[in-house]
Amino acid sequence: MIRPPASILWLPNAQWRPAEIAFWLTAVAALFALPGRLMLASQVLIAGLFALSLDLILGYAGIVSLGQAAMFGAGAYTAGLLARHGWGEPISGLLAGGAVAAAIAFATSFVAVRGRDLTRLLVTLGIGLLLYEAANRAASVTGGVDGLGDVHLRNVLGLFPFDLEGRTAYVYSLIVVFLVFCVARLIVRSPFGLSLRGIRDGAARMLAIGSPVRLRLIAIYTIAGGVAGIAGALLAQTTQFVGLEVLGFERSADCVIMVVLGGAGWLYGALIGAAVFVIARDVLSGINPVYWQFWLGLLLVVVVLFARGGVTLGLASLSRLLRAREK
Amino acid sequence: MFATLAGVLFDGVAYGSLLFLISIGLSVTLGLMNFINLAHGAFAMLGGYVCTMAMARLGVPFLATLPLAFVAAAAVGAALEPLLYRRLYRASPLDQVLFSFGLTLMSVAAATYVWGSGQQAVRLPRFLLGQVQFLGLDLGVYRLFLIGVVAATMLGLLSLVTGTRFGAQIRACVDNAQASAGLGINVNRVFGVSFALGSGLAGLGGALAIDVLGLDPTFPLKYLVYFLLVVVVGGAGSLAGTLIASIVVGIFDVAGKYYVPAIGAFVIYGLMLVLLLLFPGGLRRSWR
Repeated sequence: MIRPPASILWLPNAQWRPAEIAFWLTAVAALFALPGRLMLASQVLIAGLFALSLDLILGYAGIVSLGQAAMFGAGAYTAGLLARHGWGEPISGLLAGGAVAAAIAFATSFVAVRGRDLTRLLVTLGIGLLLYEAANRAASVTGGVDGLGDVHLRNVLGLFPFDLEGRTAYVYSLIVVFLVFCVARLIVRSPFGLSLRGIRDGAARMLAIGSPVRLRLIAIYTIAGGVAGIAGALLAQTTQFVGLEVLGFERSADCVIMVVLGGAGWLYGALIGAAVFVIARDVLSGINPVYWQFWLGLLLVVVVLFARGGVTLGLASLSRLLRAREK
Repeated sequence: MFATLAGVLFDGVAYGSLLFLISIGLSVTLGLMNFINLAHGAFAMLGGYVCTMAMARLGVPFLATLPLAFVAAAAVGAALEPLLYRRLYRASPLDQVLFSFGLTLMSVAAATYVWGSGQQAVRLPRFLLGQVQFLGLDLGVYRLFLIGVVAATMLGLLSLVTGTRFGAQIRACVDNAQASAGLGINVNRVFGVSFALGSGLAGLGGALAIDVLGLDPTFPLKYLVYFLLVVVVGGAGSLAGTLIASIVVGIFDVAGKYYVPAIGAFVIYGLMLVLLLLFPGGLRRSWR
């Protein structure tokens, strides 16, 4: 398991540290610094929230999933369909997306948290593929491969319309992501969160000290599904479109890659990994979409072989190495 | 009614035979080294491209390209095993999945760069085309040929595993690699040779599969689910289990596409979930 060293994982208390505050201020500053690229910045935030949902189960509970897009897509279609059929109020649409995704996560959790890593991997993959096929076949409802257009949203809080420039979309996404992040931060610092880490590191021992391992795993899988659903709903609302690829295997795989790039098990890793991933994809696939896949693959291989714990920790250990050499 | 049922069964067995050829290497890697190699399909793809290239550019006849495909894929496997894979045998499943998925992405991009993104076609020799009548059934000659190749491979592998010293070493390593090393078996050599053998068989399967499954750069991703399903259901490291699982998966997939085309892919994914839930440890282990 990829895991940062104890000093980063264990903050002594729940107070916000200066680095964390600086991180969120940077996100606010992007609103003024990047006026032309706000749609891309919203994509980063949404991908970050999605990656955060996977970090909750992968980084904290040790559940390897290749089917997280099932919940993302469920949220996206819920919000998209609501808005298409007249319920254009964004915030309730967002909550509905999260609720439907959480329900799907709960229903599938009984099979998804069983067995060992390989079984889980395949079961989650299978659930994702099944939902993709279901959405593909139900083209009369979902639009199939053509996607779901005609998604019309009312103003956020009745005041702020979604503009072409993406200003409202960015602020709306940022606030939602920040609020969900705060909840996730509370969860992972609670006794419940600590017991999850215990399960990740030794499920048999947690069972032996009386922790209800299965229930805990089902609980976090459901919560993470809800978070993924909110991320999907955000995507549907800010782009006012839902494509079939929201449920695709590639979205699940990309999500795992983002978490691993940023480093699993400390929430910020998911956000940083998503930023690196989305920006790199935007730049590199603009040059050539095929090469982008090649470099992505190479990056994965290098991260696994040499920089366990993700780009952030890889850079940290590289700088430590350089400093040690200077002495 | 009986004729179509038998026809579907026959096609399913032929399709399953291909799956077996390609998946057996994956099963060996998982059973022997505990390594989840998502990039396994890339070896099959390589075999396929070697076959089409040798036929189109060098004019090699189809049957003669098959050993070439085997050798090329086995050579790449033999080179990559000590360079890359060996470092990760003890890593966590997540690391292995990411690593081999990265390799898969690289292979897809590299294949697109070298051979283009289009479908490759293969021209089969005339004696493998057409159909033969047998008990009132029309059987495709090429599919009979596939089943024959796989039966021969299976017999060869069985005699290798049960009849030779090297086979005994493989069995010892599957059961307990650490104890085998303690007994003086060169575990690294066993791993390396088995990996190359598995890669070579995948290459052979990839070359044979062009006519049935098609060949384009996304091959390793498109059929990944099938290979994984076969291995997990069959139980890692088991020859017989992999063979049975391949044929079950092949028959269900063909039957699903034939009888209920409207829900096509559901059948195979549904089967995968059901089998995984019923037999979390693989068919073989559940039978013991």
